[in-house]
Amino acid sequence: MAKVTYIEFSGKPHTVDVLIGTSVMRGAVDNGVPGIDGDCGGECACATCHVYVDPAWLALTGSRTEMEQSMLSFAAGTEDNSRLSCQIAMSAALDGLVVKLPEGQH
Amino acid sequence: MSSDGVVIVGAGHAAGTLAAGLRQGGYTQPIRLIGAEPLPPYQRPPLSKAWLKGEADPAGLLLRPASFYAEHDIDLRLSTRVTGIDRAASRVRLDSGETLAYEHLVLATGSRLRRLEVPGIDSEGIFELRTEADAQALRARLGPGVRLAVVGGGYIGLEVAATARGLGAEVVVIEREQRLLARVASQPLSAFFADFHRAKGVTLMLAASVAGFATTAGKVTGVTLASGQTIDCDLALVGIGALANDALAIEAGLVCRDGVVVDEQALTSDPAIFAIGDCTQRPMPRYGRTVRLESVPNALEQARQVVARLCGKPMPAAEAPWFWSEQYELRLQIAGLSLDVATTVVRGDPASSRFAVFHLDAGNRLQALEAVNSPAEFAAARQWVTAGQIIEPARAADTALPVKQIVQSVSGAA
Repeated sequence: MAKVTYIEFSGKPHTVDVLIGTSVMRGAVDNGVPGIDGDCGGECACATCHVYVDPAWLALTGSRTEMEQSMLSFAAGTEDNSRLSCQIAMSAALDGLVVKLPEGQH
Repeated sequence: MSSDGVVIVGAGHAAGTLAAGLRQGGYTQPIRLIGAEPLPPYQRPPLSKAWLKGEADPAGLLLRPASFYAEHDIDLRLSTRVTGIDRAASRVRLDSGETLAYEHLVLATGSRLRRLEVPGIDSEGIFELRTEADAQALRARLGPGVRLAVVGGGYIGLEVAATARGLGAEVVVIEREQRLLARVASQPLSAFFADFHRAKGVTLMLAASVAGFATTAGKVTGVTLASGQTIDCDLALVGIGALANDALAIEAGLVCRDGVVVDEQALTSDPAIFAIGDCTQRPMPRYGRTVRLESVPNALEQARQVVARLCGKPMPAAEAPWFWSEQYELRLQIAGLSLDVATTVVRGDPASSRFAVFHLDAGNRLQALEAVNSPAEFAAARQWVTAGQIIEPARAADTALPVKQIVQSVSGAA
């Protein structure tokens, strides 16, 4: 397990334990964090798990895949630190990760 | 002040998402989730894909961890069926004999597979694929050299064919229509998938009707076609479409027409009863008609409508329907419905396994787009279809134009 803090658009934080080897999307869904839907179940097919990675963590979360880049290029409110959280694999190195959530996923 | 809360009939993808969404949305009344299967709500799409291949972690199939429901005060009752609805008393009856009172009832009963009514259909070795238990049974039998006959060239059949080839099985797909995916994909897409499956070693038999199954000692040994030909096989998978599970609703006197008829807020003809997911016949104002869709995004959209209604939140904006499939190294994503199509434009070369098919109405409004390994086209099309964007056919076909520039010169056209 590693800790991830999800900050809702309203500013409300949720710090939860996420199983290592799963994804940052899965951690939110399994813990009932509002604001991440993950409609396609983590297939990078829907862009409903959009998050903004806290700049301090950008180097460790890696870069977007080509598929992810395409999906994000048409999502609302995409920023330089936007990621699809189903594509961020949870690892011990990400213990303490902070991500912010957009206003909506749809 | 406590009410009888919500009773959700069904514990599939729609139901599980609704229950969790209600708690996230601040709903504090009782939530009861009644499922016929022994598993907590799980994802069905992987059953014909990664999960069948053995690549996915079994726990990963669950929509939420099994402990989630008790932790969020959701009363999850599994291996339990609802046998009737008493609308006058606002109660449902369970197969245990118990009755449950509801303030709001949600029918999330899903769909069931269409049965192939031919001799030998109940023989050992003939499978269908709807539930996790079905997938377990099929997976246990697939392997190198196994001869699999797939009856039905729809998405389930083709996904299983692709997975089975990946596991080394010999695969024959038998389709009644002249082309694969006849009801659910355009001709260019059907042709592409036919070529691709053949190149992967699948034998396709199109325009072939199944007359029955050949058996020995109760075990399937072949599929007999109407032509008299028999296709030898060790296993058969039947996937010939699905029907709405609307029997409870019909019996309760709700308006049904190929599914439970609902409005844009998922409400049935009884204001205390919602219906969501595969079992519904729903309005699709973008296309000026009602439709029954079998897709996860459709189920989730309707679950969000019920959450908005019961939690007093704004109704979510209407979205274009969308679908996805995975076969071999192909990812197919479809936005919209191919209705009232006047012009079809292919962008890219199917031979490259990377192309998109635009479907435009008589006014060149984008009705639907089918994207193979083309996520940018798909992502753009979800927005364009929702907005009824007009697309110039020549620009759609011009791969020198980036996707974002396809619409530039025509925005604002009437």
